[in-house]
Amino acid sequence: MGKTISEKIISEHSGREVKAGDFVVANVDVTAVQDGTGPLTIQEIQKIGLEKCINPERTILFIDHAAPSPRKELSNAHKILREFSKKTGAILSDVGEGVCHQRLVEDYVNPGEILIGADSHTCTSGALGAFATGMGSTDVGIAIALGKTWLRVPDTYKIQVTGTFNDGVYPKDLILHLIGLIGADGATYKALEFTGETISNMAMSDRFTLSNMAVEAGAKAGLIASDEITKEYLFSRGRGDKFREIYPDDDAVYERVIEIDVTRLEPTVSCPHTVDNTKLAAQLGNIKVDQVFIGSCTNGRIEDLRIAADILKDKKVHSDVRLLVIPASRDVFLQATVEGIVEILVKAGASIMTPGCGPCVGVHAGILGDGEVCIATQNRNFQGRMGNTNGEIYLSSPATAAASALEGYITDPRKVICSIADQRTYPFEKYI
Amino acid sequence: MIKQGKAWKFGDYISTDHIAPGRLFHLRTNLPELAKHVLEDADPEFASKMNVGDFVVAGNNFGLGSSREHAPQVLKIAGVNAVLAKSFARIFFRNAINIGLLAITCDTDRINQGDELELDLSLGIIKNITQETEIIMTPLPDVMIKILNDGGLAKHIEKYGDFQLV
Ligand code: SF4
Repeated sequence: MGKTISEKIISEHSGREVKAGDFVVANVDVTAVQDGTGPLTIQEIQKIGLEKCINPERTILFIDHAAPSPRKELSNAHKILREFSKKTGAILSDVGEGVCHQRLVEDYVNPGEILIGADSHTCTSGALGAFATGMGSTDVGIAIALGKTWLRVPDTYKIQVTGTFNDGVYPKDLILHLIGLIGADGATYKALEFTGETISNMAMSDRFTLSNMAVEAGAKAGLIASDEITKEYLFSRGRGDKFREIYPDDDAVYERVIEIDVTRLEPTVSCPHTVDNTKLAAQLGNIKVDQVFIGSCTNGRIEDLRIAADILKDKKVHSDVRLLVIPASRDVFLQATVEGIVEILVKAGASIMTPGCGPCVGVHAGILGDGEVCIATQNRNFQGRMGNTNGEIYLSSPATAAASALEGYITDPRKVICSIADQRTYPFEKYI
Repeated sequence: MIKQGKAWKFGDYISTDHIAPGRLFHLRTNLPELAKHVLEDADPEFASKMNVGDFVVAGNNFGLGSSREHAPQVLKIAGVNAVLAKSFARIFFRNAINIGLLAITCDTDRINQGDELELDLSLGIIKNITQETEIIMTPLPDVMIKILNDGGLAKHIEKYGDFQLV
């Protein structure tokens, strides 16, 4: 019987042939924590006398959720990570280096590997053909110390994607549409495998957006076979030698197959307060926005900033709107500077902030006021997510967010981009 | 093991942001303090009115969202006996078992706010004393029973020096 991507990778890491439903102890290649989950990780392994790092050069501690720190308690939490790094040799990704998931795909995770991270969007790295999943502090702590974890091999949903995106419609609209279709618990405990001609032609940046949001349907992993596009990406990041082809067998067994023709998609928005509460941007009516956030591990890459810049070039953000832009990593920031995107956005009225999570998790840098509305390119719009239970968050593509920043209300981007060339033709190897 | 307490009823999709809000990020290194805000964004009165030993009873997809282990931690520290839900988000469920908080999947429709419940783990049933009914729990996988019996994952590893699960 053939294997899914999850079954292949977990078999290799557990020393036996596994199938969905099996419980195994598997070796872990890469582990990661961030400033919200890392201190508890360290505390838990200290408690049981296991404060060590079996594979320090592949253990990464990210300071991204509250970076730079807005208050002393968090500054002290950051110190815990810095000290652990000094003590064990684990790699520290400090203030300004970027969001953990972007940094992980840029520099740390390779096809065929297992990554476990104490952050739910660890599934982002699945786009590289790696089995990447989020767990809690204790699980990751034990993997840091022992280099392994226990797993239940997941059943897989195959997401078969065909067609070409129309102007103004992006992979973010696809993933929001899918979550609206199956629900925020529609794939709990499952792995998603994104496949089909649309995925084969998709740039890595967009693949990361899809895998990133797998967890918003409850999934354990969001996997994409590695191919020439993966290879080029790895080369552009200086680790082409780490490329391996990872793909499912033709006769792999899937629990469910979901087919989506993207040609039929339209700009889609998740409305408060759940990601599966999706509606078409064009049908929303006049929803005024106070804040627009373009960034996060979902859509803070250079390709996303280019789309925003194309829409905002030589224009001004609506006077009632605050536009916050956060490049997902330092390299993205640098590239945006080199390409003149930073200048375009600043002239349009944007605030550009330190690479990191920004307002996404409601700790700092853009907390909503009572009754305020934000449209954001992030992955979650739970009540209170931006630091105020009386705020409302809508989720969209960077194009919809940028168009909304211009108009002052949630806007179908096709209203403003009809004259802009097809964004998807940008060469993604433009990374520095 | 038999546990008795009162039901606090919540709806579907209670996220980790409801349980341990991101705006209280700075309290994550002070769990007893964070526990004073447990579930605050779903019911601002819950933390002050609940009694140690009470049950949190919810609908589908309890604990969706972030991987923060602080969410089950604050429920446990606040003294919640167990969380009963129709379904759980994956990471929350795993975290709960890892830290020794009972997360029980069962049909919660016939439990009302304030019902007196009795949980009998060995029989796998929840008695609704107020309504004189019994609800059957979905059994946990063996791996998780082993972790729970050892007092959580950290204790399991402390005891064996490695995984002794499968
Ligand atoms: S950007 Fe948002 S979703 Fe991504 S890691 Fe940061 S807080 Fe989490």
